[in-house]
Amino acid sequence: MAASGGKRIDRAFRAVAFAAGFAVLAILALIAYSTTKNAWPAFVHQGLSFLTSTHWDPNQDEFGAFDFIYGTLLTAFIALALAVPASIGIALFITEMAPKRVRTGTTYLVDLLAAIPSVVYGFWALEVLTTPAKRVYSGIADTLGKLPILGHFLGGPVSGTSFMTAGLILAVMVTPIITSLSREVLATVAQDDKNAALAMGATRWEMLRVAVFPRVRSGLIGASMLGLGRAMGETIAVALVIGSSHQVTSHIFFPGDSMAAVIAHNFGEATGLSRSALIGLGVVLFAITIVINVLARIIANRSTALAGTAR
Amino acid sequence: MTTVTPPAPPGRDDPGSWILEQAVSPRRRFTNGLATAWMVGSLLFALVPVFVIAAYVVSRGAAVMSVGFLTKNLQEVTQFAGGGIAPAIVGTLVITGMAALMAVPLGILAAVYLNEYGRQSGMAKVIRFMSDVMTGVPSIVMGLFVAAVWVSSGLHRGYSGFAGSLALAALMLPIVIRSCEEMLKLVPDDLRQASDALGARRWRTVVSVVIPAALPGIVSGAMLAIARAAGETAPLLLTIGTANLIQANPFSGTNNTLSQVIWFNAQTPFAAAIDRAWGAALTLIVIVFVLTVAARLVSSRFASARN
Repeated sequence: MAASGGKRIDRAFRAVAFAAGFAVLAILALIAYSTTKNAWPAFVHQGLSFLTSTHWDPNQDEFGAFDFIYGTLLTAFIALALAVPASIGIALFITEMAPKRVRTGTTYLVDLLAAIPSVVYGFWALEVLTTPAKRVYSGIADTLGKLPILGHFLGGPVSGTSFMTAGLILAVMVTPIITSLSREVLATVAQDDKNAALAMGATRWEMLRVAVFPRVRSGLIGASMLGLGRAMGETIAVALVIGSSHQVTSHIFFPGDSMAAVIAHNFGEATGLSRSALIGLGVVLFAITIVINVLARIIANRSTALAGTAR
Repeated sequence: MTTVTPPAPPGRDDPGSWILEQAVSPRRRFTNGLATAWMVGSLLFALVPVFVIAAYVVSRGAAVMSVGFLTKNLQEVTQFAGGGIAPAIVGTLVITGMAALMAVPLGILAAVYLNEYGRQSGMAKVIRFMSDVMTGVPSIVMGLFVAAVWVSSGLHRGYSGFAGSLALAALMLPIVIRSCEEMLKLVPDDLRQASDALGARRWRTVVSVVIPAALPGIVSGAMLAIARAAGETAPLLLTIGTANLIQANPFSGTNNTLSQVIWFNAQTPFAAAIDRAWGAALTLIVIVFVLTVAARLVSSRFASARN
């Protein structure tokens, strides 16, 4: 009697635990379903030009989101261009250079970067960074910006709140995540391989080139892609410093806008079709980040590296 | 399983640089120096912002900090000085707390499923993979999701603190699951077998042996997830509305948080509002850092107890 009661509890416990795990799949499915359903009127109204048109005017029921998609991509790529070399550099410093005591302290400090709330980053950047940044941008625009091809990217008139400022603050924000994933990847390289290279008389750099980099390439690509996903979804800091201007331009010192920033700025007052269109931006953002994350995880899991954490 | 760091070659702290004491061509020496500069320079890129931002927030925030600032209601008219941020402090704690009450138990249960039951089954692999993917879902999408199913369509419950908690819980859930599973993995199988041998059922083993053994690690992971949620702004903008007075009912009526106070005041041109935002930023950073450091202490005590 007692035994069968125990068995029943056991089965119930297992079922509850399974339900909790299944909740992850259910929530993801519900996110996709409910946001798409709410965005549907705008998708139907606008058609495929939701993704391709640059004309966004809620008063005229025009919802071409290309400006914002472009802004999201551009800021995220600027962020990665800065954050990936820096993160890998830090990860290498921690795993290959630092003595044990420095290692722990450094790891801790880099993790603290991730603890600063995004709204604080954005506020600080808006209040403190934009003014000196504008001065630097002007300097660049007046020199390199005068050159033939570079002029398309670095030319003026510059703005303190711009794609570049947003990319810069995003770079600082995604550095901790890329660093910690890269560190896990680098930690999987066998010490014997490194010692073998060093014993052959390699300098540290040569050792990294022959014994480490070939092993970790795909793991580092996976880590960078996860950082890319983060950078594209980041909302508040970008919303504060990107400048909220609708334009597609190759000039990185011009103001622009991103999908997440547009949602944050406008959702409060939006009703009807424009609310639907803003949720549509969220659907596009969700789809892009899911694809990037799935690819990143597959790449990262395939490299022996993260297989350790993802089993 | 603990990873074993191989000992350095005898008498050397840094096996990577002994070769530089030998005859090495200038070119090789130079490239190696360049690589070293890259690593150290990268470190500065990350660390300078931590110190600069922290110092700036502390100095500007301390200037407006007072007992009144922490205990009064918000100023009705943004551009005037005065008032406090009490409703936002209460809102931040209540909304984040409710989110934790939902996400932490659910996350632990899911981790128990993954590590104690599902293991390497197909279903467990899918759930594990999708939890990883879910950590990458942007926070604003979680806000849109709750707006769509709970606030302004779907169930039409309107703005409330609880709606914000739902969005934060969805953000925290995958983080709790993955960190908790890592901790459960560290519990030696010997303990489970010992419990089995005493005739305990699986659920008893999990509740009385496995979870207690992993508890400090689980607590630390949960606290890091809570710290991250406490600083969130985007999902709350879409779900809780705003309030100048302390909201006694988290389940209905608009609410407020520190992150929202910063967001709204930061975008005004008024000096008083900017000061208020810095005060709120300092308060928020203190809350988040206390949680983060506490989580570190819990986990480092765990680590030293294990060794």
